[in-house]
Amino acid sequence: MNEKTPFIRLAKREDMPKSKVWLIRGGAFVLAILIGCLIFLISDTNPFKAYGTILMGALGKKTGFRQVIKNAVPLLGTALALAPCFRMKYWNIGAEGQITMGAVGASFFALKMYEAMPSPVLLTVMGVTSILFGAFWAIIPALFKSRWGTNETLFTLMMNYIAIGIVGWLQGGPWEGKPGSQIIPLFDEKAVLPKVGGVHIGWIIVLLLTVVMYVYMNYTKHGYEVAVLGESENTAVYAGMNVAKVTIRTAALSGGICGLVGFMLASGTNQTLYSDVAGGAGFTAITVCWLAQLNPFAMIAIAFLLAVLSKGASVLQTSLAIPSSISDILTGIILLCMLGCEFFINYRMIFRGHHEKEAA
Amino acid sequence: MDFNLIGLIKAAVLNGTPLLFGTSGEILTQKSGNMNLGVEGLMYMGGAFGLAAAFIYGNAAGENANGAVAVLLALLAAFAAGVIGSLIFSFLTITLRANQNVTGLALTIFGTGVGQFVGELMRLKVGGNVSISNSLKDAFANPIFSEKIQSIPVVGPVLFSYNFFVYIGFAMAVAMAVILNKTRIGLQLRAVGESPATADAAGINVTRYKYIATVLGGGISAVGGMVYTMTIAGSVWSHNGLSGEGWVAVALVIFCLWKPVNALWGSVLFGALLILYLRLPLAFIPTQIYKVVPYIVTAIVLIMVSMRQRREDQPPAALGLAYFREER
Amino acid sequence: MEKVHAVEFKGITKRFGSNVANDNINLYLDKGVIMSLLGENGSGKTTLMNMLAGIYFPDEGEILIDGKPVAITSPKDAFDNKIGMIHQHFKLVDIFTATENIVLGLKDEKYDLKAATARVREICDRYGFDIDLNKKIYEMSVSEKQTVEIVKVLYRGADILILDEPTAVLTPQEIEKLFFVLRAMRQDGKAIILITHKLNEVLSVSDVVAVLRKGQHIATVRTAETDEQKLTEMMVGHAVKLDIDRLDPKDVKPRLSIKDLTCKDKEGVVKLDHASFVANGGEILGIAGIAGSGQKELLEAIAGLRKVDEGSILYTPDDAPAAELVGKTPMEIKEAGVALAFVPEDRLGMGLVGGMGMTENMMLRSWNKGKGIFVDRKAPEELAEKVYDFLEVVTPSIDYPVRKLSGGNVQKVLVGREIASEPSVLMSAYAVRGLDINTSYVIYNLMSAQKAKGVAVIFVGEDLDVLLELCDRILVLCGGKVSGVVDARTTSKDELGLLMTKVGGKEEN
Repeated sequence: MNEKTPFIRLAKREDMPKSKVWLIRGGAFVLAILIGCLIFLISDTNPFKAYGTILMGALGKKTGFRQVIKNAVPLLGTALALAPCFRMKYWNIGAEGQITMGAVGASFFALKMYEAMPSPVLLTVMGVTSILFGAFWAIIPALFKSRWGTNETLFTLMMNYIAIGIVGWLQGGPWEGKPGSQIIPLFDEKAVLPKVGGVHIGWIIVLLLTVVMYVYMNYTKHGYEVAVLGESENTAVYAGMNVAKVTIRTAALSGGICGLVGFMLASGTNQTLYSDVAGGAGFTAITVCWLAQLNPFAMIAIAFLLAVLSKGASVLQTSLAIPSSISDILTGIILLCMLGCEFFINYRMIFRGHHEKEAA
Repeated sequence: MDFNLIGLIKAAVLNGTPLLFGTSGEILTQKSGNMNLGVEGLMYMGGAFGLAAAFIYGNAAGENANGAVAVLLALLAAFAAGVIGSLIFSFLTITLRANQNVTGLALTIFGTGVGQFVGELMRLKVGGNVSISNSLKDAFANPIFSEKIQSIPVVGPVLFSYNFFVYIGFAMAVAMAVILNKTRIGLQLRAVGESPATADAAGINVTRYKYIATVLGGGISAVGGMVYTMTIAGSVWSHNGLSGEGWVAVALVIFCLWKPVNALWGSVLFGALLILYLRLPLAFIPTQIYKVVPYIVTAIVLIMVSMRQRREDQPPAALGLAYFREER
Repeated sequence: MEKVHAVEFKGITKRFGSNVANDNINLYLDKGVIMSLLGENGSGKTTLMNMLAGIYFPDEGEILIDGKPVAITSPKDAFDNKIGMIHQHFKLVDIFTATENIVLGLKDEKYDLKAATARVREICDRYGFDIDLNKKIYEMSVSEKQTVEIVKVLYRGADILILDEPTAVLTPQEIEKLFFVLRAMRQDGKAIILITHKLNEVLSVSDVVAVLRKGQHIATVRTAETDEQKLTEMMVGHAVKLDIDRLDPKDVKPRLSIKDLTCKDKEGVVKLDHASFVANGGEILGIAGIAGSGQKELLEAIAGLRKVDEGSILYTPDDAPAAELVGKTPMEIKEAGVALAFVPEDRLGMGLVGGMGMTENMMLRSWNKGKGIFVDRKAPEELAEKVYDFLEVVTPSIDYPVRKLSGGNVQKVLVGREIASEPSVLMSAYAVRGLDINTSYVIYNLMSAQKAKGVAVIFVGEDLDVLLELCDRILVLCGGKVSGVVDARTTSKDELGLLMTKVGGKEEN
């Protein structure tokens, strides 16, 4: 053997047993919680008490739990929307903007046309419009991507802020309520999503969507095209697929669902429109989607976890006087730990002197 | 309101300086092939830690506080915060080969959280506004040239009326341009970002270059956050005060076509766009539309660059890709 | 006393798994000599040279430089021993200038591009390289890029140069220029090794020729004392009996008529040059040629995967008028009722999806079938089971990612699927590359069975023995042109070898 072999060599691996994979992920999660303890200690708080407050605050009371569900809905919905894009290796990080545009579309009817139709019709029209608006916002970068190869990561990122700016303009201009208030008036009752179990109906919609997205990705022709294209464009062409069509269609679907999430946020959660309507869900959902390995059911768990953290942290602020931004820190730590642990699942380290076992 | 061009230029330069740091740092990072979308988080951390350093020092030193020391401490604290943030990013994406987009976004969530947390914690401890003494504030925000030089017509206000950070920002960007384009280190760094396999074959340590560029770049970006807090925001912490600054900096990287020299004027232009609605309000252009102009312009630049396919204008060819030698 | 050679290989053996790539090779080269290393694909030429360049390390034997044994474990060691190799795939940074690429990674001189340019210019003048050193790589032709690679190696002080098939990408004029500088370098005392399988080049530029065949060193001869006939014999060896069952073709009728088919690559280089031929149903048409002679382009053009710049592809079914295929997408070809099966060279990058199991890979051909939004999984699953049983695919389950299967099993999955589509035309590229003997015979028999069914089989191969025994006719491609179509039953290996190395098959040397 050659003595210049490096001390640690990496090799890809694809055959780790499921149980071990979950052990590693669980370990990463525990590590994140431990680092969180450190943060609490630094800010003079008993970590057990802090975590206890988070859990009790989020899950202990009905109102808290409802808030958790409310927080989880946009995360889950958006993560589902992004799944086909990421399966296709199309980096749509424009969910924030697509959500915002969807909310704009829905708000137009909620604000301007609410008198013209009964509530169910109005809500349906709002939903459809939000889908169209979101899809439109996502199609623009996709068109440029398939025609000129324009970098979709950067383009979708720019589209976010343009959308947010448009709402800012509506807020202070055409749709402003009281002059000078910079606030769009609350929607009429007719334009507000009905509640089921104390939370707007959006939670049922996203749960249904989870199943639909699972079926779409795994059992439909579209899902198959997306999966093949994501693995190899050459193979997709070989199999007779139209790459540009699939790209644009998938981006539109993704944007459409994001738009629908925007509708739920505007109509269900806020009952109005403002420039921060997406509230970062579009960005956080990217990490939810990625950590779930694009599996819709896993997204439920991760979105729920992050929602618990953010609700729990707000209780932390009121009861223990710890700034609620601790939830962003904890979320960040969990995400970073989980991202890092995938390495130990995907690669094996071979130390010098140890012979690689022959693959069976 | 009277339109005052010199006033506008001054304000544009001041508002552009945090962007100049944020953008230059990210250019350095991206030149090594790493796309760190955590700039927003890094700038937040820089802003909070910079302010905290000056604040703690001001409280400790009391009447004897020295402005220059405060500035230095704030600089170091912000830089160190950026270094730590981007070290996390580097470890995850370079060593552990995690997806750069997702890691960058996670860093943004983490960094804004840390920044807000530190800022709020200080506020809670003080029980009100976190603020430093006026003399220290002046050390950050006051022009460094004498009244006499400043009073030279036109040239005085346009060139000599700025605080310390404007000049070191300028010098930093020029230095970066020189290093990237005129030195061996720059050549090798660009090779790493363009084609890590080629760089590797030529005996360049790809991992080391990526780490150093990303960590230094993160530190520089974070300083931008500190400059914003200490000069534009008046050395006061406000919730969500830095919001969006990091994303404008990322947009500016694209607008500058990954060239620090362009960042020199690009940051002034973007700085102007950010405040133009105050200085040049036109009835038919709503303020919010002014604010999206930087993003629209950047999107158009991005489209034109991809249509024209001029190779010098493209992003570093290996941007966003992890390098794994065995996959050659 | 023994003479000291610039390079000497002593008993070099290199194995990859059970495959012996180089078997006890003894070979030497002197300064001021151009040596051609001649051999077919897979004869071990590149492997041997990679050991000199520090890419591989020999399992047995030693390498001597200037008479001293050396251990070359990395490209850097190779440089330190003044060895430089110009690979087929250039390692250059596209947006850098020639000079920037040439000095990239050098640490022991002051960074001064102007001075470096002057030094590089000196080298260029000495050997007659004609190149603009301030030009960016992406603006350069392939030949200019190659020049940069050569100058890069010389700038680092190489005295031993290895060029891996340098002429494969060049025009005849550029080849002349390259040979001119090679001679200038020889004059300067450099030792040069040219990996090639083109006989005319061997004869025109080299002083000595070393011939490898199946990993063994057959002989080293002086160029002046040999000719094409002798070299071809050494290179291809005597025909080996393979005992492939070959049925006499029945019911032969034209299926595909190709006329003046011309394809260019992205850079505008002509890859297929007015190729014309007919592929018949009930017959296996072999396609022989050196790698990169236009085989890939030909098959991809027929399959609708590549833009055709000129020419026509007429498909004649049994019971309908002929249809033109040029200008149709793969889906349109399929919808026009043309049952085309294609086993591409890049099995996991084009023919299959590595991360999917057998069932989902069967779906690549059938995903679009049927009405409704759902993809039919049942038929592909049955097909996967059938292929699994019939071709004895070794896999833990039909849902196990095919990427993890052995090469032979991957190919069985691919060929099995393509044949199952009941094609009227079956195209395959290097269908047995990397496969063991048994699997290879399975593939041959499948091809023959298709032929018996009346399918027009097009078999692109690299092993001439196989082509001679499996095919009915053999078309030879050389430099994108058809250099001849011969009867596989009456032709000889020598004749094929000559056609493969001579454009048009008519040129006299």
